[in-house]
Amino acid sequence: MKGPVPAGERSWRLVIRPRAAWFDLHLKDLWTYRDLVMMFVKRDFVAQFKQTILGPAWFVLQPLLTTVVFTIVFGNIAKLSTDGLPKILFYLSGNVVWMYFSGVLTAASNTFVGNANLFGKVYFPRLAVPLSLAISHVLKFVLQFAFLLCFIAYYWLKGASVHFTAYAWLFPLLVLLMAGQALGLGILFSSMTTKYRDLRFLLEFGVRLLMYATPVVYPLSIIPDQWRWFLLLNPMTPIVEIFRLAFLGQGTYSAWQLGYCIAFTLLSLLLGVAIFNRVERTFMDTV
Amino acid sequence: MSDSDNIIEVDSLSKQYRLGQVSTGTISHDINRWWARMRGKEDPTLRVTHTNDRAHAAEPDDEFVWALSDINFEVKRGEVLGIIGRNGAGKSTLLKILSRITAPTTGEIRVDGRIASLLEVGTGFHPELTGRENIFLNGAILGMTKAEIRGKLDEIVDFSGCARYLDTPVKRYSSGMVVRLGFAVAAHLEPDILIVDEVLAVGDAEFQKKCIGKMQDVASHGRTVLFVSHNMASVSNLCSRGMILKNGQVSMAGEIDSVISAYMDEGRAISSKVLFDNKETAPGDHIARIQSVEVLDHTGATVSTVDIRKPVVLQMTYWDLCRDACPTAIFHCKDELGNTLFATNEFSASEWKEVHRETGLITARCHIPGNLFAEGRIIVLAAVNTYNPAVIHAYVDEAVSFEVVDHSAGDGVRGPHIGPWPGLMRPWLEWETTGVGPLK
Repeated sequence: MKGPVPAGERSWRLVIRPRAAWFDLHLKDLWTYRDLVMMFVKRDFVAQFKQTILGPAWFVLQPLLTTVVFTIVFGNIAKLSTDGLPKILFYLSGNVVWMYFSGVLTAASNTFVGNANLFGKVYFPRLAVPLSLAISHVLKFVLQFAFLLCFIAYYWLKGASVHFTAYAWLFPLLVLLMAGQALGLGILFSSMTTKYRDLRFLLEFGVRLLMYATPVVYPLSIIPDQWRWFLLLNPMTPIVEIFRLAFLGQGTYSAWQLGYCIAFTLLSLLLGVAIFNRVERTFMDTV
Repeated sequence: MSDSDNIIEVDSLSKQYRLGQVSTGTISHDINRWWARMRGKEDPTLRVTHTNDRAHAAEPDDEFVWALSDINFEVKRGEVLGIIGRNGAGKSTLLKILSRITAPTTGEIRVDGRIASLLEVGTGFHPELTGRENIFLNGAILGMTKAEIRGKLDEIVDFSGCARYLDTPVKRYSSGMVVRLGFAVAAHLEPDILIVDEVLAVGDAEFQKKCIGKMQDVASHGRTVLFVSHNMASVSNLCSRGMILKNGQVSMAGEIDSVISAYMDEGRAISSKVLFDNKETAPGDHIARIQSVEVLDHTGATVSTVDIRKPVVLQMTYWDLCRDACPTAIFHCKDELGNTLFATNEFSASEWKEVHRETGLITARCHIPGNLFAEGRIIVLAAVNTYNPAVIHAYVDEAVSFEVVDHSAGDGVRGPHIGPWPGLMRPWLEWETTGVGPLK
């Protein structure tokens, strides 16, 4: 009597099976929940600064204060080169990009552990959470970027040697790449932290160290040739460099590096989503 | 047989939990465990075994536990199915799988419709957001689109009775208001299949009524409802069909009335004494574990039947493993339908309350006077808690039971009356009768 229904007899709207195929990413499901993603974005954005005095001003204060400290420590005390760019612009541009990457990476890596309560009560595509993080951070990034543009305009009017280059057209691609990388790596880590919480500490610590392996506080050009390959392994390197080249006029670009960065982003996203989908099905049993 | 009326078909569904390999969460614990295994010692991180069969409670070398094994059932469109069973029978596992919170180990579930599951109200509420913002957020989490929520916003606000506070952050709401708002959103979901957990029905009586009413409403509109509970009163109110889960298997399915009476017959099988003799696997945690629970009469003998006029003693023996935590014993007395008649706590004994006693085996006895219970079966839940904050450390639902018998001897509450006597309790109360004056 029971037993598998002959194929074609009836099309079920939903079939729950023990394991999903590796690349059944149910992105369609995610699409039906697109309103939820936007609600999460709004929640992240609104809830973050309620009951703070300065409110959204924190979005620009954070990179600004970091930039001031970097200018003093790395610019004036350590006297690191800034490729001839005004120090404030150099550090601010690096900071804005880096803060996006590290912000999304650390927040997304907490997806499962931080939302265990919610995930234990109701089903929705779990990817909605990290995806909304990537989007809400993009909004923040755009604000900070606008802030950076104001600074650039100020220095430009003062006659400093900054100028836009044609690479500015790559801006949307750069945003997509850093979002993709942060998201891909973030969900990869979040999947693994369900089993080992240690990874979370490792990640928080590692992200801080990784900044020094990215040309945020120094330009790629001051790195000796024999060490440069090491920095170029870091897929964030070309993003920061091209970003500076595009809006400040100083930086490095090579199609090879950009290609590597794109490949890395796609790979981390694909791997991240695949593992995330595996873990989301049973993580409530292990959490 | 695949019937086109079926909206859900569950096909040889099983869920296995792997106890030995439940992750400990940190690499250091995993290394610890591996090191212990290498030396041939017992796994130091092994969790309390949670088998579904209380009779064979927890053999420590049981690595696998089948929370559900080979479940088959079908649900027809428009049916209201009650899923009943004791704690640990697999109800919540089944619910989790149906709601896609976790995946089954084997088997398949075919569903033809949109499922919404309500395991909790107000899931995902953010305290900083306003009532209105939370309606949208919660609705989206439950699978509604923004347009759907906007279309129903007025109804939801009306239903919740929170109109005045709609633009106030939810953290300023009373807990009752939060629940009402959460339920208002859930009540306006329009899924084809609604899965409801009994925990939803907590709250005040008025709210429970509202919940039940709304579910009846949903059901009468031809939608399918799966209701999981061990409160027989609401199940029999609401459901047309029932299914009993026992030790992870479907032990019976059919008309709701016959299912309920079969379930209650099973309840009679709960004995008047339960013993967990292994300190490592007895129900509980590192603070307290329950060793035994017994029903005694006034002479101290274990009894399964009590005269309605005579006192009865509930006795629990537990391992107090951490005196600083001050664990105290608790009993809940319930009737056959699952209604809790009352709850009582060891800290009623005032001299015991703040005494710093040694860790070890503790026996706590609760004396219940005669002429208090109504006749019928009383089922006892036993637990050990600590307070501030309240934490349950050990608990056995339906630990023991006993039958209260009224011999209608004439000196009981019912006096010489023979026949049904209403009420969940039958306390002996003081009456005072005086004449006010002669007829004029």
